[in-house]
This record gives sequence, C-alpha cells and structure tokens, in this order.
Amino acid sequence: MAENRTPVLKVTDLGIDFGGLTAVNDLCMEVYPEEICGLIGPNGAGKTTVFNMLTKVYQPSRGTIELCGQSTEKMSTIDVNRAGIARTFQNIRLFMNMSVLDNVKTGFHNDISYSFIESVLRLPRFAKQEKEADQKALELLKIFDLDSKADLIAGNLPYGEQRRLEIARALATNPKLLLLDEPAAGMNPQETEDLMKTIRFVRDHFKIAVLLIEHDMKLVMGICERITVLNFGMMLAQGTPEEIQSDPEVVKAYLGE
Amino acid sequence: MNVIKNLFSPKKRSRTISLLIVIIAYAILQIMSSTHNISRLLMSLLVPVCAYITAAIGLNLNVGFSGELNLGQAGFMSIGAFTSVIIAGIFNANGIEGIPVLIVCIICGSIMAALIGWLISVPVLKLQGDYLAIVTLAFGQIIMSLINNLYVGLDANGLHFAFVTNNMTLAEGGRMLISGPMGATGVRTVSTLTAGAVLVIIALLIAYNLIDSKSGRAITAARDNRIAAESIGISISKTKTLAFVVSASLGGAAGALYALNYSSFVAAKFDFNSSILLLVYVVLGGLGNMSGTIISTALLVVLPEMLRFLQSYRMLIYAIVLIAIMLISNNETLKTKAEQFRNKLGASKRKGAE
Repeated sequence: MAENRTPVLKVTDLGIDFGGLTAVNDLCMEVYPEEICGLIGPNGAGKTTVFNMLTKVYQPSRGTIELCGQSTEKMSTIDVNRAGIARTFQNIRLFMNMSVLDNVKTGFHNDISYSFIESVLRLPRFAKQEKEADQKALELLKIFDLDSKADLIAGNLPYGEQRRLEIARALATNPKLLLLDEPAAGMNPQETEDLMKTIRFVRDHFKIAVLLIEHDMKLVMGICERITVLNFGMMLAQGTPEEIQSDPEVVKAYLGE
Repeated sequence: MNVIKNLFSPKKRSRTISLLIVIIAYAILQIMSSTHNISRLLMSLLVPVCAYITAAIGLNLNVGFSGELNLGQAGFMSIGAFTSVIIAGIFNANGIEGIPVLIVCIICGSIMAALIGWLISVPVLKLQGDYLAIVTLAFGQIIMSLINNLYVGLDANGLHFAFVTNNMTLAEGGRMLISGPMGATGVRTVSTLTAGAVLVIIALLIAYNLIDSKSGRAITAARDNRIAAESIGISISKTKTLAFVVSASLGGAAGALYALNYSSFVAAKFDFNSSILLLVYVVLGGLGNMSGTIISTALLVVLPEMLRFLQSYRMLIYAIVLIAIMLISNNETLKTKAEQFRNKLGASKRKGAE
C-alpha cells in the first residue's frame, strides 16, 4: 500500500511541554503523498498544538518532524513554509484590510522574483510578473468560487468565504502538504458538502497531501483516508474511518463510559 | 477616455489624486510668484514645505503602512542635510554650481540616510511598539549631538574633520563647511520650488510603487497579521527593514533639499520637536493616507508662520487649532455624514454611467 513511498510528513515521538504541563506526548504519524488525513479528538486534546509544532510556531520539546525526509528541527516558520507546508488557522487569520485578490497574491511572495528597485522603477519584469500573479490568483479564487469577489476587502466577506479564501492563500505558496485547522467550522451542511468536494478537487488538481483537524464527523469520515485520534495529548488510535468508528477507546473518549 | 478611467480606478485613485494635488498646487504657486502675488513670507516657506512633505511621506510609509512608531525622522533629515552641505562644498570649490549640485546632493543625502537607517535597523527592529519608538527617539538625539560637535573644513588639500574641539588649520583659501554648534555656514542656496515639487512627486511615486508591489503587500501583511504572514513565508524583519530604510532615505532626500535652501543652519533645527511635528503631520493627514499627509504638512508648516502676528500667543493658538482639527477629523457624526455624501456622489455617478 501507500507505506512503500516516502511520506510527505513523518512525525516521530513528538512532544511539547508548557512549563509543567505536557500538552502533547509521544505522537507518531505519517502522511503520504496525495493522501487526505484527519486529526481528531475532543476539545483540548492538543490538535492545534500539533499544527503549531509542525509549522514551528511552537518549538517541540521532544521528537522529530521530517518533511519529505528532511528534518525541520532548525527551521523557522518561514523556512517550513518554503519547504512545503502551508496552513489555515482555527480563528481565521486573513489580511482583513487587503482585497481578496491581494490576499492570494501575498501568498505568491516567494514566487515573485522582481527586486525592490524593479518595482519602484516599474521595469518590464514587474509588469510581467504582476500580471502572471493576477492570473494565477484568479485561477485559484475560481476553484473556491471567489473570483467574482476578487476586488472586495477580505474583512467584508462572510465567514464561510473567509475560510475558503484562507485555503486559497495557503495554496498560493505552492505547498506539498496543506494543514487545515477546522475548515468547516461555522459552515452549514450544504457549505460543508461543497467544501468536501473542493478539498478533494484541490488534492487531485495540485497533487498535494492534506492533513485536517475537524469536529464535523460527516466531513472527517467522508473524505479522510486515515485518521489519527488524540486525547489529552496522547495518541489514542490510528486507522481508516471504519476502524476508528468501531474502536471502543475512541467511543469512550468521545461519549464517556 | 480609457486612460482617465484607468487613472481613477479604485487601485490608482489615491495615487492620481495626490499627484494632482501636488501638480495643481505647484501650478498655482508658480503663477502667483510670476505675477508677484505672493507674500515674501509664503515664498520663503515653499521649499521647506516641500522638504517636510517628502520627509512626512517617508514617515507615513513607516508609521502608516509598516505600523512602527518612529520618532527619529528628523535625525535622517539631519544626515541628509549635512551630507549635502559637504558634497555641495566640494562641488562649489571645483566651480560646479546650480541644479546638478542639487541633484547629486539629494541622491547622496538619501543614500547616506538609507545606509545609516539600515545599520541601525538591525538592532532597532528587533524591538516593537513603545520600545522601538524610544530607541528611534534616542537615535535622533545622538545624531543631533554628534553633528553639534562635528567640524568639517575644506581646503586645497581636501576635507578635514575634527570632533568636539576645532583644532584644524586650513590652508589659504580653505573654508569651514560645518562648524560644530554654529552648524553649516556659507551654503550656496540652489533649492527652488520646482526642484521641491519634483522631489515630492518622485517621493510619491516611490511610495505608491512600493505599496503596490510584492514588498508593499508583505509590509501590509506583516502589520495586519504577523503569524499569518510568517505562515506564508514572509520574513517580518526583512519587510520592516525595507519600510524603515525607504522612510529614512526619503528623510535624507528631504534634508538635502532643505539644507540647500539656507545659507546657514544648525543641527538643532532637526531636534526631537521636528521629529514629533513630522509625526503630527502624518497622524493628522491620516495613517497611510498620502494626500492627507501632503495637505496637513503644508497647512501645519505654514500655519505657525501665519500666526506670527499673535506674538507670544502664537504657539498657544497653534496648539488649540491642532487639538480642534484632531477632534473634528475624528468626529464620528461628521465621518458618517462624509461617508453618506461620498456614497451619494458614487450613486449619481453610476446612474450617469447607465
């Protein structure tokens, strides 16, 4: 099966302490190319903390993170993004005062190579690359059905559209692995349905791996190929949706005894 | 017709409007001065106004767009001013005069200020908010006291420098360019309103071209949401440095223009008060609003001079006017009224288009 390929993400014995509190401990997981994986668990289980360690917002206390076989130990948040991880946030972090189009174009920052002098003097390379960025950004927005709102200010978009814009911005950085932190939060069932289709499309179209945190079990069980369950910072179970649903430990963690 | 539409498209509108303000103001002032309808006082203020506008545009990039409080902009003006005095001295000694000197001085002044801005940005931009403000304040003071103790002389053997005490003996025909607390002396004035207006326009173009580029987007992104900006691979310190250095270089260019307008001036001219005044111009004009900065700078540079007839009450009235303007421009009721008016205008325009 997939285990023969090199994983995009390989996490070994990952742990972090905040003072005396161990938030996450002994977490092992792998995400393979073009796979959609889920990270679930009750509130406070440490799911977002895992994302923050993967993107180096927090420095892990123990364990290793490998991205395509390369250790991220010495990397900063910026390096991790350049190495291929892009993410969205549980509490939306868009550039609220910028236009929808500019939010996505900001994601192309490291793709655009014209210099400061070229942009001030408006040399040909500036015009050419800006035009390309505009086109690429519009194509991305089209996937998320936001192309007609390109000129609006991001902060004025409704909640669901802000979530989709955040995914578009993350994709603009051309990642190998996309981390989605509760992408369906605040969406109605119809919107969630559409989002599932979009996530699948993004995976197929860009050939990337997706790791998502979500509470909406319909979404998780519907699109994830493998799921990791966290409880109190410890890994509780790992497996396919069917295995997870029938795991007595998981049922206990969610529903109690 | 299409060109005009493009100039007033939402993205370009503010750029076009601020350039128009400068060009129209320049045209009116030119006509007034050629028909001798301008007071001597106002005439003498034109170049300083242009210099302060340029410095304020730079500061607005730093405070308005990058969101970092900078209380040392006058220090950068000072660097530009005294650099240009030395360079103009060398040029004049070699018999070169006029506009070419001014152009070279402005370029060198801005490069020098940018260089020093870059050097101090390394330790300074590690700080944020109040701490950054205090360090930039101290920087302005350091520059002022350094130049207050700097002696520069020029003779046939070249430049001579001395610090704290003036122990230099210049050869026959030599002269002092900068003499410590006495400041720069014997400067041949070459700055004109035209040069000032051109500099303001160049500063505006640099500012707007920067804002509307990947660097500008990165600066806004880093200000709006640090964590998100880093998560898409934007280096916060690089973008903040860029805004700081561009702001410093515009300050330097402004200082050079200012310096070559006076035959003598002292380093104390660029003190903490001037830095604060520049900040006042920017805040009053609106953070990130270039047209507003231009208008507020012009008004607030001219106003205290116009109030000279009030004698000792001058600064009191100036302060009251300042408070009144701040209160009125931040009045929510008036803001809503202005917004409604603008919407009405927009609606009637759209109707016209249909």
